[in-house]
Amino acid sequence: MSTTSVDIHQPHGHPDDPHHQHHFATMEQQFDTSKIGMWLFLATEVLLFGGLFVGFGLMQARYPQEFVEAHEHLQRPLGALNTVVLLVSSFTMVMGVLSAQRNDKKKLVLFLILTIICAGIFLTVKYFEYSHKFEEHLLPPRWYHAQPGDTVKDPYTGQISHGYGTFFAFYFMMTGLHGFHILVGMILLAWIAVRAHRGEFSKEYYTPVDLIGLYWHLVDLIWIYLFPLYYLIK
Amino acid sequence: MSTDQIIQHEETDADHEPHSSGVYVKTLIALLILTAITVGASYIDFGAGNVVIALFIATIKATIVALFFMHLRYDKPVNAVIACAGFLFLGIFLMFCFIDFGSRDGLRPVNWNGKMPVETAAPAPAPGAAAPANK
Amino acid sequence: MEHTLTTQPHTGDRPRPAKNYLNAEKGIWSWMTTVDHKRIGVMYLVGVLSAFFVGGIFALIVRLTLLTPSHKLFGKVLITAQTYNRVFTLHGAIMVFLFIIPSVPAALGNFVMPLMLGAKDVAFPRLNLASFYLWVLGAVMAVCSMIFGAVDTGWTFYTPYSTTTDGAVTLMTMAVFVLGFSSIFTGINFVATVHKLRAPGIGWFDMPLFVWGIYSTAIIQVLATPVLGITLALLALERVFSIGIFDPKLGGDPVLFQHFFWFYSHPAVYIMILPGMAIISELIPTFSRKTMFGYRAVAYSSVSLALLSFIVWGHHLFVAGQSQLANVIFSALTFLVAIPSGVKMFNWLGTMYKGNISLETPMMYAISFLLLFAIGGLTGIFLGTLSTDVHLTDTYFVVAHFHYVMMGGTVIAFIGGLHYWWPKMTGRMYKEFWGQVGAVIVFIGFNMTFLTQFFLGSQGMPRRYYNYLDQYQPLHAFSTVGSWVLGLGLFLTAANLLASLRKPYDAPDNPWGGTTLEWQTSSPPITHNFEDQPVLEKAPYDYRPEPVAH
Repeated sequence: MSTTSVDIHQPHGHPDDPHHQHHFATMEQQFDTSKIGMWLFLATEVLLFGGLFVGFGLMQARYPQEFVEAHEHLQRPLGALNTVVLLVSSFTMVMGVLSAQRNDKKKLVLFLILTIICAGIFLTVKYFEYSHKFEEHLLPPRWYHAQPGDTVKDPYTGQISHGYGTFFAFYFMMTGLHGFHILVGMILLAWIAVRAHRGEFSKEYYTPVDLIGLYWHLVDLIWIYLFPLYYLIK
Repeated sequence: MSTDQIIQHEETDADHEPHSSGVYVKTLIALLILTAITVGASYIDFGAGNVVIALFIATIKATIVALFFMHLRYDKPVNAVIACAGFLFLGIFLMFCFIDFGSRDGLRPVNWNGKMPVETAAPAPAPGAAAPANK
Repeated sequence: MEHTLTTQPHTGDRPRPAKNYLNAEKGIWSWMTTVDHKRIGVMYLVGVLSAFFVGGIFALIVRLTLLTPSHKLFGKVLITAQTYNRVFTLHGAIMVFLFIIPSVPAALGNFVMPLMLGAKDVAFPRLNLASFYLWVLGAVMAVCSMIFGAVDTGWTFYTPYSTTTDGAVTLMTMAVFVLGFSSIFTGINFVATVHKLRAPGIGWFDMPLFVWGIYSTAIIQVLATPVLGITLALLALERVFSIGIFDPKLGGDPVLFQHFFWFYSHPAVYIMILPGMAIISELIPTFSRKTMFGYRAVAYSSVSLALLSFIVWGHHLFVAGQSQLANVIFSALTFLVAIPSGVKMFNWLGTMYKGNISLETPMMYAISFLLLFAIGGLTGIFLGTLSTDVHLTDTYFVVAHFHYVMMGGTVIAFIGGLHYWWPKMTGRMYKEFWGQVGAVIVFIGFNMTFLTQFFLGSQGMPRRYYNYLDQYQPLHAFSTVGSWVLGLGLFLTAANLLASLRKPYDAPDNPWGGTTLEWQTSSPPITHNFEDQPVLEKAPYDYRPEPVAH
């Protein structure tokens, strides 16, 4: 970190590589800088989701029994299926990056498309889960309808505890925000798939593939935490 | 020094970054096995231990993803520092919020005796029993 | 000290290049599509100064309303209580989110930092432009929320009031959400720039202290601002869909909102003050003609302030229903902030000690900063102390405290920095005399306005109140008159700076004899900043005379 990386003096503009921006001395410096930028962005994503995780944790501590009972209303097999789908998509994504590093355009496009398909499966499963919840009124407190198996009552009103609805308020916000990231990821993947098909990437320049790969893995990584917190708490 | 160093650097990169899919296949298999374990463990009742086990396995999985899929194992250390900083500050956020919420004594009435105020107040709707918390 | 002139490199010893970043390309379109950090910095400058102007007008209205307890001027009620709530909210929201947070980093930092590093641009020029347009979008949304019903929650948007009041609160929170992303993008850009774009020979401890300050700020921007984003998103969802996270009627917790909000907004206070301190760390060695005393200590104190800022936010919640244990912990941690702040203060004074001080306009602002920030910082200790804070919470004492830090600290430093880099940015020298007069009037007006408010607050005048007891009237009136003096000083300063733009280029490359790299290029700089890749030969702030070759 303590070394300075601008070492080569070059005049403005770099005719050798059209992707080379003028304010970087070397392509390597440009690549490293992009990566630092992407990791900083990922750190902001961690804290963006982190706020919701903190809120979820605090509310779980406040309504422990309600949260355990509420999570029984989720469909655990579908959650597990989505976990596997996302893990596989992460694998196809990293294989895409590897193909780019190997200059293998055909495989790169193939793996990107496979990743997009996985994302599509994920969102489809999510759609069925959401519509089930809307039908059963498994919704934030104001619209939550008591389910069989809900035992905790609010000590002051005697009504069903708000903890159940709070669980679903966080459920919808966190999976919703996550789903939004999947959707954005699909658009980005489609964009680089088109660029890859045009042959814009090579082993000298595959920065966008690498960065969007990082983004995609982070989305997977967040789901790795969401899945046990929502579907597996006991 | 510059050109030599960069060329040398590319060579070291080439040494480290996996150029075969084997590592990734193994990573995927490990992640799937861990998923199976965590789902399996959730059907066994460990009491409060369930959440701890689930989060512990999730952290292992997240670390594997970060190290191999996200290349942190082969990457420049600065990126790992940034990634850790994100989680570190999230930890600070979580810790202080829990200190507050965990030590609040006003969440329920101070003299709450574990019974439902509604139930205890119901048999005695006398004019003086307006506030069960006053007992 | 007679040797100082020999250490002024490149002062007008080169002809001024015909093409510079201002006139290389012409037309509004070339500005709107530019990715040049200098042009983006100038556009940010115009933007934040406009926001400062609007926020300042609202401040004057607030003060004018409080002139008398009846709120009447010439027999007419100036504004109603409802309007008053909206006016102080807009003053706060505009000043915090549209002006102070982007002021130094996005405007001056954008312009100066790459020059100081000897770089051609920031790491991600297009992201830089995107950040500016997000700022514009946020500003437009904020203005729209003013038109469509205004906001009367105060800039902090506390629940449950903010989720139940009428008005365009949702639009305003979305505006701040967008502004937050603008700030994040700036932060990402600057961290990456400092890591990767330093010129050959510039190690971490060869960087000017301004860069250290901006770097520390950028770290906070990256790590804290996302939490603001999610907080405001939750608030908007709460308003639109009643999701019940912050609403106790639905099982939520309003104090949770304050935790979320201050986890960002306390570090945000350091987003505001650290760049101000960073400017002062440039001004004091330059105008004392002396090496920075304790360079490393000041550099480390910037970073440690950035880190400490994340663990003290609970001192805003002392009376909000936070647990006693958390209160005590946060109060104790808050005192730690005094250490790096004190380190900076004493190092600045140590730099000035026995220096060859010249009282040009930027240095006058720097000395103003030292005096005002000392008062602002020390009263912060009163407020960080749990037992006194219980009495002083939500009084004018708090108002005076944060105005001493934010305005007396950041804004004064910002104006000082603006004068310092004005010749570099515009190529013109302002009138020194009027600059100094402006600095003196601003200093007097500021103290008239806000020193009074310490007394008001300690006597029990609550903040944000429209009505007040007659006994407070003399102090309120004095404060209002002070706001006019302050306004006059700022107006004079603005007029002086703007008047210089009418002249042809007349600024030398290095008018102040600065040692950092931005003074080695021409005034104004060429589009790619430097003719040749600059190489750092001397450490920053090395004012020792050149060794004479024998």
